[in-house]
Parts: sequence; C-alpha cells; structure tokens
Amino acid sequence: MARQTQARKNGAAKTAPRNDILLDAYRDMLMIRRFEERAGQLYGMGLIGGFCHLYIGQEAIAVGMQQAARPGDQIITAYRDHGHMLAAGIDPKVVMAELTGRSAGISRGKGGSMHMFSVEKGFFGGHGIVGAQVSLGTGLGFSNKYNDNGNVSFTYCGDGAINQGQVYESFNMAELWKLPVVYVIENNQYAMGTSVERSSSEVELYKRGLSFNIPGEQVDGMDVVAVREAAIKAVEHARTKGPIILEMKTYRYRGHSMSDPAKYRSRDEVDEVRTKRDPIDHLKALLEKEGMADEASLKEIDTEVKRIVAEAAEFARTAPEPDPAELYTDVYLEA
Amino acid sequence: MAELTYRDAVARGIAQEMARDEDVVFLGEDIAKAGGVFKATVGLLEQFGPLRVRDTPISEQAILGAAMGAAMTGLKPIAEIMFADFLAVCYDYVANEIPKARYMTNGQVKCPLVIRFGGGGGLRFGAQHSQCVENWCMQFPGLKVVSPSSPVDVVGLMAAAVRDPDPVMFMEHKGLYATKGEVPDGEIVDTLGTAKILRQGTDCTIIALGMMVHRALAAAERLAAEFGISAEVVDVRSLVPIDTQTILGSVAKTGRVFTVEENPRVLGWGAEIVSIIADEAFYDLDGPPIRITSPHIPLPAADLLEDMVIPSVDRVVETIRRALTS
Ligand SMILES: Cc1ncc(C[n+]2csc(CCOP(=O)(O)OP(=O)(O)O)c2C)c(N)n1
Ligand SMILES: [Mg+2]
Repeated sequence: MARQTQARKNGAAKTAPRNDILLDAYRDMLMIRRFEERAGQLYGMGLIGGFCHLYIGQEAIAVGMQQAARPGDQIITAYRDHGHMLAAGIDPKVVMAELTGRSAGISRGKGGSMHMFSVEKGFFGGHGIVGAQVSLGTGLGFSNKYNDNGNVSFTYCGDGAINQGQVYESFNMAELWKLPVVYVIENNQYAMGTSVERSSSEVELYKRGLSFNIPGEQVDGMDVVAVREAAIKAVEHARTKGPIILEMKTYRYRGHSMSDPAKYRSRDEVDEVRTKRDPIDHLKALLEKEGMADEASLKEIDTEVKRIVAEAAEFARTAPEPDPAELYTDVYLEA
Repeated sequence: MAELTYRDAVARGIAQEMARDEDVVFLGEDIAKAGGVFKATVGLLEQFGPLRVRDTPISEQAILGAAMGAAMTGLKPIAEIMFADFLAVCYDYVANEIPKARYMTNGQVKCPLVIRFGGGGGLRFGAQHSQCVENWCMQFPGLKVVSPSSPVDVVGLMAAAVRDPDPVMFMEHKGLYATKGEVPDGEIVDTLGTAKILRQGTDCTIIALGMMVHRALAAAERLAAEFGISAEVVDVRSLVPIDTQTILGSVAKTGRVFTVEENPRVLGWGAEIVSIIADEAFYDLDGPPIRITSPHIPLPAADLLEDMVIPSVDRVVETIRRALTS
C-alpha cells in the first residue's frame, strides 16, 4: 500500500498529484469491495456469526471523505463500519479477525462486527444503536473545539438514522456552539426494509439541518471525485465556521445484513445501479479515459488487493480463539 | 391443535386480538410490509390493513409516545421496539410517562397498551443487541411484565396483555422464535400473574424464565437420569404481577430453590424472588437459595465467549448437583 500511505502522509491530500489521489481511491475502494465480498463468504461458511452489514456499493463515500481528512480528525459511524475502518487505514487483518471472533480481533472478539474502534486511527466506532453515534460525533467536535486543535469530526449516519430525535438535538447544539463536525448522511435509499419515501416526510435529507442554520449539500455518493471535492469544502467549513451536512446519494447492493434476503426491492432496481452507477467501475473508466492508468497497472492493484484480503481472511480463520479470561477484562479499568 | 413456531404464535396472538377489537392497533419499525425483523408479524398488514398495522420511521421515542397518546384516548396499541436493548432509547416513556399516568391523574388517564420486543442472547449479536432487560422493566410501579417461553403461552399471554387495562411489557426471546409447540385451535386467553409448573419434582425447585426455561427442563432431565435428583421446574412467566403462591408452594415441597437467569447478576429478577422466599418461606428452606445467572459483564460477541456467559445446561446441572450432594 505504498502509494496509498504516501498520499495520506502528505496530510492535505489536495496537494498530492491528481493521479496519485485517484489511484489511491481506486485501491482503497477495491480493498473495501473485496474485503466485504470475502466477509460475506466467511459468513456463508459459518466462520462469521451474528450480524454482518456489508458496505458494498457505498465505497466511494468512506474513501472520498477520508481523502479530505487530516491525521487527528475523527470518524464515527454505525454498525456498517468495515468500510470506514479500512478507509481510515486500519489493518484488514484485525478487522476480519474481529468478525470471526478471534483473540487477534481489534476488540478481541468482544465487540464483533458492529462494535470496533481504533483510537489510534481516529476511528471511534462502530455503534449498534441507530443514531447514537450522531451525538457522540458531536461530542468529538466539542472536544476538538475545546482543545482548539483544528480537528474535525466526521460523523456518519444513515437515511434511517436521520429520523432519530437525538440527531436534531445534536444538530442544534453543534450549530449553537459552532462545533467542527461534518455530518455525512449516507442515503442508500433503505433502512432495513423501509425505503426513504416510506420513512421520511422530507426526503431531501441535506435539508434536515436548515432550521438550525446548518448548511447542507447533496452529493453523488457513487462518484468518489465528487465526494472528495465536497468533503474538502465541507471540512474547511467545519474547521472555520461550524457544522455542515453532506447528503450522499448512494445505494447498498446487498441486504441490510447477511441475513436479509432484501425482498422489498426488485432485482432490476439493484442491477440498474450496479451496471450504471457502480463507484468502482466509474472511477476505473475515468482513470483509463484520462490516461492515468492502463490495464496492466490496474491489474497490478487488483492483484495486490486480492492478496491483502486473502491474507486477512487466512489470518482471521486461523487466529486463536479468545482467552476466556478476556471476559472479565475491560469491564472496568481494574477487574 | 396445530404445531406453531414461537414467531408464528406472536402473529397469531396479535391477530386474535385485532380481529376481536377494532381499537387494537399495531405499530413499529418494519413490522408491516416486511413482516418484522424477526418475521414474527408476517401477514398482519395483509389481514388488517395499513391503518391498523403501521410501519414507523426509526423513532422509538415517537413510537412509544404515540402509543401512549393513543392509549390515553381509547385505543389499545401494541408497539414493537424490536430489540429489547432499544428500550433504552425511549426509556422516558417506559420510566416516567406510561407507568405513572394512571396514578398521577387520579385514574383519569389509562394506558392500556402493550410494548413488545425481542430480548436475549445466544445469537452472537453482541453487547447492544442481546440483553435481557427484565429488571429495566420490573422496577417501575405501574408496569406489568411478562415473558412467554412457548408458542401457546405467547398467544395466551399476548391476549391477556392486550386485554389488560394497564401497560404490559411483553418480552419475547429471540432464541426461541424458531422453536415449535402445540397450540390449540380457537381463542386462547391466558392470565397475567400466573406461573406454570412444567415438571414435577421433590428435591429442588428450579425457577426460570424465557429461554432459560428450556435449559432448566433439560437440566432437570439430566439431574434425574445421572444423579437421581428430582427437580421441579417452574416457568415464572409473569414477573409483575408475580405468582408467589405457585413459587412458595413449590419451595415448601422441595426445600431448595435455584433460579436460572440470563440477565447479568446484579438486580436480576431472581434476586427479587429469592428475597420473597427469604421473607415468606425461610423455614421451608433446607439450604440457601442459589441464583444461576450471567456474570455481571456486558455480553461479548464471539460465540465461544458468549456461550461461557449465559447459563448453560451443564452449568445448571453442575451447580445443583454440587449444592445437593455436598
Ligand atoms: C435505536 C435503534 N432502533 C432500531 C435499530 C434496528 N436497526 C438497525 S439498522 C436499522 C436501519 C438503519 O438504516 P440506515 O440508518 O438507513 O442505515 P443503513 O443500514 O442503510 O446503513 C434499524 C432499524 C437499531 N439498531 N437501533
Ligand atoms: Mg440506509
């Protein structure tokens, strides 16, 4: 992942050459896609239990947003969290091992798919209660403001979560106190089996902050370049002025979780998005069109990503089971 | 008589009451079109239509608030809060609003509503989707609390809960949705506040709830077969009100009592029962009451760890054998 880390190390991704940035994005998105596909397979094989919510289709959002982040910024999301973790640069091995419930997992098997953290990478979870993360993300912003550290909280939520009351309590507080928070609404059209039209009286979700004076913008969440550009502007706004909302129009290809056959929508609807709006295909076409990559170099990325994901899966399959003594650690500082 | 799953029994119980009483309405997330995330409410939308069976946004406070408002004005809502854990999201209504309405208004306002949800672990859902929340519900005067362990009890207790003039917390167990049992044809109406003796015994009483009832029964079989210990199994079913008569009667007969509780140890429902026994049946006891519970820790996600936390048949057998043979 040499190139990827290079662009990241520059901190302000804005200044890296455009083709490096886009190749990074391609690699990161592909990594998430392949990782999630593999997680789905491991679930099918019974190696992953419980819930497993895949991010497939939404890769451009976590990756494009991350390209506007600086070290020190925080990310927080709900249970559909694998993609954000990989985008934040967390080792795929420890994520996959958490899914398989092994001791080498990032939460040592105690968190599971929905509850993973990496404070080191600024990733604050991983939350199972819909909407809870929105208030927490607001608190991350509060801390940034208090410490005057210039950091921004990237607070994600879904189109379903946006109907939770605490979201609006948080919006009001964030604008009142001018907290550096970018609220990212990942509008993938569905909350479990309920479409946005069936759950929301106002379906233009970027408008949800307007009565609090929080500006909002709708972004094509299937286009990583658009996401990145919107993110850079939003982060600037958050750092200097206060909260802002980005509504990402996107789509989840798979069921809500691995156990959801997704019968509430037609196959055609899914196929239409997959074939016409796929974020990875879209970027690939752009890279080829602009001569930033050829078959061979993309193939090379493909191969590398496949290898990393295969290694992560192997690691997660063979890592030792958790130690029973772990049950009692970290309930409190001292057991 | 038909064999029904626990999940189908939920729909059957609700349907029985909706067919009987037009004031019964049902609301919750994904309960209508999708038939519920646990597939426990399939067919209700088709049978009773979208006015009476309503999908809601993900807004638990609004769900319980609306249910209460509707109940105050004569409807009999059934509100689903999906996973028991999410009760915490709308706890104001559970703690402050619904249970106190009748009392604070001198009986002018009533809340004849049912709040149903799936609790319990064993499904690898981790700390925020697996809890047993009996004690979250039991602590508020004004709420009734029941938890069925079999399909027939689901139907009968649902009917009793809907017909009750006061709010009832109806705790289903996620680990039981796929289990099956015989359910008689025709209308079934059970009684709140009644326990059931599911197995007769003479050496000890095992009191259990929800999924733990099945483990208690399996443990009783093994205690008999392997150690010649005759255990009586009481399915407590209703925590508020509680059937002290059945419980104390069994303790008087056996002289030893064990609770099997899935919840974390501190303030589990068994503590309340043990305290009642200590008050009222102390001299019937031949030894200390023993509570078999989950340890007081959050539930881990990994299968191996989760299985060590929730009381297993082995643990129940071993605890009782040791207590009775030492
Ligand atoms: C407070 C709460 N209510 C309900 C749920 C159950 N639930 C989990 S995910 C989900 C749908 C959320 O949809 P959305 O916010 O659009 O996110 P997406 O799954 O599309 O990423 C629901 C209802 C929950 N986890 N927490
Ligand atoms: Mg959604």
